[in-house]
Amino acid sequence: MRFSKDHEWVKVEGGVATVGITSYAQEQLGDVVFVELPAVGKKVKAGEEAAVVESVKAASEVYAPISGEVTEVNAALGDTPALVNEDAEGKGWFMKIKLADPKEVDALMDAAAYKTYIEGLH
Amino acid sequence: MADPGTLKVTPLNALHRSLGAKMVPFAGYDMPVQYPMGIMNEHLHTRAQAGLFDVSHMGQVRITGKDAAKQFETLVPGDYQGLALGRTKYSLLLDDNAGILDDLMATNRGDHLFVVVNASNKDADVARMRERLKGVGIEYLEDRALLALQGPAAKKVMAKLSPGSGDMVFLSIRELKIAGIDVLATRSGYTGEDGWEISVAAKDAEALAKALLAEPEVKPIGLGARDSLRLEAGLCLHGNDIGPDTTPIEADLAWAVSKRRREEGGFPGHAIVMKQLKDGVARKRVGIKPEDKAPARGHTPVADMSGAVIGEITSGGFGPSVGGPVAMGYVATRHAQVGTPIQTIVRGTPRPAKVAKLPFVQPNYHRG
Repeated sequence: MRFSKDHEWVKVEGGVATVGITSYAQEQLGDVVFVELPAVGKKVKAGEEAAVVESVKAASEVYAPISGEVTEVNAALGDTPALVNEDAEGKGWFMKIKLADPKEVDALMDAAAYKTYIEGLH
Repeated sequence: MADPGTLKVTPLNALHRSLGAKMVPFAGYDMPVQYPMGIMNEHLHTRAQAGLFDVSHMGQVRITGKDAAKQFETLVPGDYQGLALGRTKYSLLLDDNAGILDDLMATNRGDHLFVVVNASNKDADVARMRERLKGVGIEYLEDRALLALQGPAAKKVMAKLSPGSGDMVFLSIRELKIAGIDVLATRSGYTGEDGWEISVAAKDAEALAKALLAEPEVKPIGLGARDSLRLEAGLCLHGNDIGPDTTPIEADLAWAVSKRRREEGGFPGHAIVMKQLKDGVARKRVGIKPEDKAPARGHTPVADMSGAVIGEITSGGFGPSVGGPVAMGYVATRHAQVGTPIQTIVRGTPRPAKVAKLPFVQPNYHRG
């Protein structure tokens, strides 16, 4: 698993990246009450807004950590947005993106680097 | 965002931090937005049991002198000369265009009026009172904290810590001892629930908060849940839902313009208020219930079913007790009837909604 500075995670299998927000991010947001996901087939660019996650308090953008085409979104979040709180880095995934450029993944942080990064935010 | 170094603190700041609160700048103060329990659970706990809120950032003012009520009426449309001793009344500080400079609670304390105003406006409010009111004293109470105990279990907690307080009715005030501490308590609040707002000497505030929090029913509640609770209760937030660009009639607060004051006038904007009561207004504040799951937040445009913009959301979010999004805002009066289908334009996407009756949850006030 790889991590972005905007607190998204990426897990690549066979050229397709599963993307979600990190446990740290869901903890900062608090109770997630709504997730707006992109349309399947949408082309996204790394660093661009791809989804919106809403807590009781506020709406926050979720950025595509890598470029590519959205091939699937997590329909379960429609009925159960709380999955993001319960299992952010598993069942609470947001979307799958077919990688346009696999090298972009290498530019993301590994788990150890992300841990150091979030420690530096406090 | 304000520089944290310049933020003011309430007498409960250290307690908030020791309870693990997430602190944010609000109205120039360093305030708790939530505790480890989280906004959702804090909200639901307040509706089920009782919550303790620090609202010490609000302004507490005493207007003294025999003409206090009469003078105060030159700023607000409420009937304070006719207000019974020990009773509290909601009102609005108006400007000459009937714009709402602030909303407030004022209580008849016999030899003075006790007024509580919003934190963001308190300096301007006090300045206006000092400038406009003649032959009265304006005392800003710097050394008082304000706590709110809200929720259905508040009366049980008060029965234990302040025996005899239970017969107080909604919108009345009394000097009490809570856990042996002298306070001035009003049976009122900003959640739609039964409860008390408790004015206490700053030096006693932490001891009082600790005594209340020691009761198993009571949890500390932050500004996040305070906002979702008041929104479900249909209560306005000054600066969002009402302000200098809205009048009491547009804001659907005509009930706050007392009968005698309509007839006699003598408050800023009286002619405009009377004209709007007679002729109607072009837009009205209404409840808005999104029909899907997407929250429609402040500044979201509101459109009719043809897509033409007819207004704007002023407060909106997720209502934990409703279990879905709730909002309020202004729409053109021809669309203001409860049940009218409308659309909210959330991030460019039209979403179905309906004009809804306020409040979204039934109030639980103790009217005696």
